[in-house]
Amino acid sequence: MEIVRRPQLKSTAIDRGVPTLPLYRSAPSLEVRLEDFELYAIDRLRVLTGISDGLSRGKRPEEMEKLVAELWKANMRHPQASEVMNKDIISHFVLRLVYCRTEDLRKWFLSMETALFRYRFRLQTAEAQRAVLAEFQLPYKAVTTSEFEVIKDKLTLVARSINQTLPTADAIFYKVPFQEVPELVAGRRVFLSDGYAYVAMNQVVSLVATQFRSLLSKALTLTNRKWMSTIREQEKDRLTPIVEALSTSYVGPDYSVGREFGEVSLKDIDNVAKSSFPLCMRHLFDKLREDHHLKHWGRMQLGLFLKGVGLKLDDALAFWKAEFSQKVGAERFDKEYAYSIRHNYGKEGKRVDYTPYSCQKIISLTPSVGDHHGCPYRHFSEENIRAALCKMGVNSGGVEDVMDKVRHKHYQLACTLTFEAIHGCPNDAGINHPNQYFSDSQKILKSKVPSTAE
Amino acid sequence: MVIEEAVNGKDDMLIDGQMADQVLPSGFNLNFLNLYYAKLFPYGDIFKWMSYGNDGKHPACDKSYFGRRELSFTLENDIYLRFLSFNSVSELEKGIREKCPFKIDIGPVYSVDPSKRHAYAQSGENVFKPVERELIFDIDITDYDDVRYCCSGADVCLDCWPLMTAAIKVINTALRDDFGFRHILWVYSGRRGVHCWVCDGKARRLTNEQRAAIADYFRVYKGSENSKKKVSLTGHALHPFLVRSYTEVLKDLFEQTLLSSQQIFSTEDRCEKVLEMIPDESVAAELRGRWQKRSSGSKDDINAVRWEHLKHTLQSGRHKGQGLRRCVEEIVFSFSYPRLDMEVSKHMNHLLKAPFCVHPKTGRVCVPIDPVHCHEFDPTTVPTLSQLLQELNSGGMGQEGDNDWDRTSLGESVRFFRSSFLEPLLKACKEEMESAYNSKLQQSKNSLSW
Repeated sequence: MEIVRRPQLKSTAIDRGVPTLPLYRSAPSLEVRLEDFELYAIDRLRVLTGISDGLSRGKRPEEMEKLVAELWKANMRHPQASEVMNKDIISHFVLRLVYCRTEDLRKWFLSMETALFRYRFRLQTAEAQRAVLAEFQLPYKAVTTSEFEVIKDKLTLVARSINQTLPTADAIFYKVPFQEVPELVAGRRVFLSDGYAYVAMNQVVSLVATQFRSLLSKALTLTNRKWMSTIREQEKDRLTPIVEALSTSYVGPDYSVGREFGEVSLKDIDNVAKSSFPLCMRHLFDKLREDHHLKHWGRMQLGLFLKGVGLKLDDALAFWKAEFSQKVGAERFDKEYAYSIRHNYGKEGKRVDYTPYSCQKIISLTPSVGDHHGCPYRHFSEENIRAALCKMGVNSGGVEDVMDKVRHKHYQLACTLTFEAIHGCPNDAGINHPNQYFSDSQKILKSKVPSTAE
Repeated sequence: MVIEEAVNGKDDMLIDGQMADQVLPSGFNLNFLNLYYAKLFPYGDIFKWMSYGNDGKHPACDKSYFGRRELSFTLENDIYLRFLSFNSVSELEKGIREKCPFKIDIGPVYSVDPSKRHAYAQSGENVFKPVERELIFDIDITDYDDVRYCCSGADVCLDCWPLMTAAIKVINTALRDDFGFRHILWVYSGRRGVHCWVCDGKARRLTNEQRAAIADYFRVYKGSENSKKKVSLTGHALHPFLVRSYTEVLKDLFEQTLLSSQQIFSTEDRCEKVLEMIPDESVAAELRGRWQKRSSGSKDDINAVRWEHLKHTLQSGRHKGQGLRRCVEEIVFSFSYPRLDMEVSKHMNHLLKAPFCVHPKTGRVCVPIDPVHCHEFDPTTVPTLSQLLQELNSGGMGQEGDNDWDRTSLGESVRFFRSSFLEPLLKACKEEMESAYNSKLQQSKNSLSW
């Protein structure tokens, strides 16, 4: 993809001003800057993650269409209009490299890219849609006027049976072998005759999505082979580390700076722990108060979280000292633990200001005996989760909903539902970061008591 | 062993088989089965069918094709042998006669000989997987138990058999008119249902997803413990397929046959079952009240009368409600629309009993059913094993080279199988093979030319 040449995109449609949807059939001959390589991919990943989220929340097609439009607008624009298409294509191909490497990654990428394509297709004009059909070289014939007259009644019946708008005289239908549109056949959403399905223009999406999916699926397998055999080794000092990091990267705000809402002082800490900490941090906090100690990962997870929440270094030192000295004594605390707290705040050693852990990172950690870090929705027994939820004030109906998510391994959704149950209002964005939970919670609580001098 | 002894000498038979002295009323036992496999089972026809033209001399013929077909045998004592394959008609005959299976199932054609499957890796290039399989359907009358009152479980009688007839008509018409299939074989399952084999090349090459789509196209009844109403026809109109099924088959079946043969409105319980399907309680209450005061002296069949009441009330337009729009059709569909076993159709590797097997519980042969005349088919007069052997015995020696089955009631079935199904199928296979071969030849010629 790095051949130096101005791109010759075969988009006559673009020249005519009709935007077309790229089919990503072959890697473009474009020059890409290394920074753009990663940045474009991250932007697209935000779109795909947003789609994944929307789907797992069971959004209806109309809602998904809206969501995709918003996500695309928010993430995939470019100051230079001519670069928009490039960004689209480049980001797709970079993510292909990232997501071709295991069966699970391929499956996820295939599903999300197909969904993205499907909804973007729906948003296109009729002319643009026709252009895509032509691109796919689908040998499907548009039904002639005379054919249409013969089957018009049946087509009307079908439309009425699925509550769709009735076909008018100039409606376009495509005659397609039934094997090509299994979803439409299964739902009795098309008229069938002699092995052919008569597909309405608005159903063409299904046709096209199937084609897209099948093309991409084959391409991913090929990409994987190329990656394993040549690219990975060739690029081990340049692209490979970026590619490998991208599939696990979290794509939200990183909470490395305490937010205005979240500036928390020592005296407030017990109250905010009860009201605004997510379960993982609540658990660590409670255990710290109980045992006056936490092991390494627990200190990291809670400590960085508190930093993100706005606890200043001096307050943090006082907080941890107050607890630990009850177990190991003040001197030992100063000697053995204070340093690493200062390190977390970037005041020692490399002076890197460490970022609080995202949900993705926390879920991936595995606590063992004596540990209390990690994601409780993943590691606690069912009884313990129920008990913890009750303690947090979730009602029995809410508990069941959360447990359902837990059983399906949707830990972040479980946390989101917990948030919604406790705060009594929806959290559409979904929880991706403990500090997000905290700041969302504080926002709600502060809006409820606007003028309290608390 | 002389046939007479096998048929008549029940108690003094000294045979290895455990079943020797337990001759069931239908006359099924190991010895009879042995004789059936020796004299009557149409190996040649099954072989020709399963070869789909590949047993010929044309260069396009794939000699390995028949050998890649999986068969399975269920032996006495439920011993089950899977992944069997045979390379020729004589091997097939030898295998069956040796093992004398109580049931023979046919599976898919695999990428390689199923008996050698372990030599092939599960993933990568050399995979052992199904590559062709007929589109199949299995309809069992026990799936209708909640709407038939004449029998239940394994029984079937002439009062409920019309449900099977209707299923054949509905599905067969759709397979031909909607999906464009031509080579369809319907077979009596031997006891209480029917099987369907769609054998067009197009059908054999369908993927699992496409098979599932066809099965879903046919699916209307969504039965479960939890819902009273198992058929839900939403939408302002019915899909043309459902309209055709209703007007050509189901409406008449319900009104002319089932109403009285199943006595659908004859008791309070049975009436209640129908009333539960009406989503508007006030309508149901109105009808319930009306039926409670039984008008005496009416000579008309109570079922027909009450059905008229119900239709009139629902279609009068007095009651308006979303759920009422298609209620009459929903009730008719609940009682009469085909209920397929979805799992059988969805997967290429599903096995299905071979035609011309003998059913161990009834002794009846799994004979083909003519879909055009399926209303004439009578499951209670299907030839049984003992009947056939008796016919064979009394039919005299016949000419050398004659087919034994020709001297029995089985003859009619085999002739029908050949003329109506096998011959047209093989003709089409030959044409398909030749034209594919010729066009490949043409393609390679074209690519060579400058």
